[in-house]
Amino acid sequence: MIKQAKIREIVALPDIVTSEGLLWPISRDPEFRVTRICKEDEGVSICGAMSYNGTRALLLIQQTGLMDSLNAIRAIGVDYHLPVIIMVGLQGKEPSVHPDQSAVYGVRIIRPVLDAMELSHSLIESPNDVGQIPNAIETAYDTSQPHIFLIGRAPVAL
Amino acid sequence: MKLKRDDALKALIPHVNDDDIVVAVYQTNFDWMALNPRPLNYVAVGAMGQASSHGLGLALANPKRRVFIFDGDGSILMNLGSLVTISGAGVSNLYHFVFANGVYEVNGNQPLPAADTIDFEGMARSAGYRGSRSFNTLDAFQENLSELLSMPGPQMAVMEIVPGQLYPRDYDYIHSAAARQSFRDALNAVLI
Repeated sequence: MIKQAKIREIVALPDIVTSEGLLWPISRDPEFRVTRICKEDEGVSICGAMSYNGTRALLLIQQTGLMDSLNAIRAIGVDYHLPVIIMVGLQGKEPSVHPDQSAVYGVRIIRPVLDAMELSHSLIESPNDVGQIPNAIETAYDTSQPHIFLIGRAPVAL
Repeated sequence: MKLKRDDALKALIPHVNDDDIVVAVYQTNFDWMALNPRPLNYVAVGAMGQASSHGLGLALANPKRRVFIFDGDGSILMNLGSLVTISGAGVSNLYHFVFANGVYEVNGNQPLPAADTIDFEGMARSAGYRGSRSFNTLDAFQENLSELLSMPGPQMAVMEIVPGQLYPRDYDYIHSAAARQSFRDALNAVLI
């Protein structure tokens, strides 16, 4: 689905939810270039800057890093209207529990925080949700706005 | 001995080609915009400390262009990990200039922590930059610029500076949609 959305640049700081099923397979795929970062807000800037010539990029992080990057997302994604696409593993979320109902405070607050920031986001929890990824990415680039995918459980590499 | 910032910027002007990208921050940005207005000046990075990361994104996405980053010492302190990220990314078209004045100039000239002992040249070298050097005189800076820019990046140059002539702080422009569109248009006008 990421390839289908014409993304070949992956900017990543490892996240335990997506490490095995997403980042490792991407890292082994020669069609992708992976830029490994030291802090998540770097990735917001890298992806935003790449977008100026139409280069599509995906930032792959964990929700802790998302929280650490809110000011960068506010400035670069929202104020500057740049299409920063972020996939966020929800570390600690219970299987089959909606994030808003999670017993984990750091998970439960994520969607309300994104809503408060008026950020576009979608939950990827089951295989049925995956099909929406390319359209959401297209919309983000068409409208030059950020979009955040919340990954609710560990994806399985095929 | 220290360089005047505007003198350092004037020394850089003949070395910046039309198709190079320049990412600059704070007072260095305002001075550069006045001294060398050009379409490929990337004038706003949104959040303090992020210039090096914007520069890396631009360098990765535009491998045939050189990317100059005119950073501040307070700024790069907010994003020191980016030195390692830049090194790891292996970009050979990135030239990182740190204008070190030891203070948060636009925030009231408050001192940086450990301002007298920070070694940015050493940090860049330790992070894996291909080259790193420091300058505290204009003559030495001018004499070394051509050779520095002939080397593959990432390269760092740290200049110990004091303010020279100060140019207006036009925050409205740098954060404007017009500024971003102007850069985007220039970047895409001639793809190289």
